[in-house]
Amino acid sequence: MEREIHAPMSKEEAASLRAGDSVYITGTVYTARDAAHGRMREALDRGEELPFDPEGNVIYYMGPSPAREGRPIGSAGPTTASRMDKYTPMLLDRGLRAMIGKGRRNSQVKEAMVRNGAVYLAAVGGAGALLSKCIVSSEVIAYDDLGTEAIRKLQVERFPAIVVIDSLGGDLYDRVYGGASALE
Amino acid sequence: MREIDAEEITRNIKEMCIRANYFLSPDMQRAFERAADTESSPLGKRILEQLKENLKIAGTDQIPICQDTGMAVVFIRLGQDVHIAGGSLREAVNEGVRQGYTEGYLRKSVVADPLERKNTGDNTPAVLHVEITDGDSVEITVAPKGFGSENMSRIFMLKPADGIEGVKESVIAAVRDAGPNACPPVVVGVGIGGTFEKCALMAKHTLTRSPDERSEIPYVRELEEELLDKINHLGIGPGGLGGRITALAVNIETYPTHIAGLPVAVNMCCHVNRHIHRVI
Repeated sequence: MEREIHAPMSKEEAASLRAGDSVYITGTVYTARDAAHGRMREALDRGEELPFDPEGNVIYYMGPSPAREGRPIGSAGPTTASRMDKYTPMLLDRGLRAMIGKGRRNSQVKEAMVRNGAVYLAAVGGAGALLSKCIVSSEVIAYDDLGTEAIRKLQVERFPAIVVIDSLGGDLYDRVYGGASALE
Repeated sequence: MREIDAEEITRNIKEMCIRANYFLSPDMQRAFERAADTESSPLGKRILEQLKENLKIAGTDQIPICQDTGMAVVFIRLGQDVHIAGGSLREAVNEGVRQGYTEGYLRKSVVADPLERKNTGDNTPAVLHVEITDGDSVEITVAPKGFGSENMSRIFMLKPADGIEGVKESVIAAVRDAGPNACPPVVVGVGIGGTFEKCALMAKHTLTRSPDERSEIPYVRELEEELLDKINHLGIGPGGLGGRITALAVNIETYPTHIAGLPVAVNMCCHVNRHIHRVI
């Protein structure tokens, strides 16, 4: 099934998605990858605010290549989500509604997703030029010193993705070729 | 003794880093075409069509094929009758990477220390492998390597008694465990024999071979073909979302080894298998 969905995302919209659905996302998403997640964890440990409120929001695991003059962004495809697994439950428990990346998630993330009614979407890995066409603006909002790993606020229009894990814990990868990896 | 200016090395490395990240080699493009024709899953087919479209946009609009423009792996076969003038070879290579990644709008993905993790800001240093050969030419291969697939690579120190079946099981296990993470359809580089580090280096080097080209050793060629067939029955498919085309090629290199060992390395590479060669 093909669906048009929105970011930030309502609880109801997240709950209506099922593993295997094809979606087009329009709205505001935030980028964060390894180093930014590490900083967000440190911020929470110190009792500080996060650079954006996770409640209802969508994180795109992505670090772009530099933008050419006059363009919002460079190449901008998803990175492997499992590297963020260690940090993800703390964000889900603060209301993070959806994540866009590629590859498997571990059982702690899945449990936290079900607990909080969140979804995990995959974009096509290695299609960074194509996906960049769906990003209309980009603004660094935190951790500028991290370069490509800074947190960016992106406006996206009809960004294509597939629902991999839904809010009930259904996992498209498991359904497709069975079983989790030995290397979780 | 032939003299080659260090600046000429730098200029070539710079151009090769940029070119490799915007244009996939024709052999890889052909592999995509074949894959799109063969894939039976509708979603898999759609993803392969998107990847073909992605390549077109990259070249036309000058956007890197993938945002992970890689750590620059550079193989140099340096003729022993060549003298590099006006600077060191290593510095010339790193300067080429610095210029290529800065002027080519490529991502700076290298941290100076694996634990302190401060970005070097210019994607240096390269990972440089130099081999001294006969003659008076310099053969350069630049292969920017993304880490989605690099992270899914493995080494198996098998026993001689494990034999060819053990090798097959190891390669299949590596691809199965990599699943969607390595950005399938993948190219699988396999090194068999040598020592711990030698088999890893062979697995990396063989990724720079054309996916159209098979090993010259008859049993190795058969092994490449059998493994590709087995991998393409795993069901992982394009994007890991199910389908027939999980791998575009399996490339194997072998080397003599010790009576006690059978090392096997599997270097996974995503479909953006970038490699570019030049001879100076």
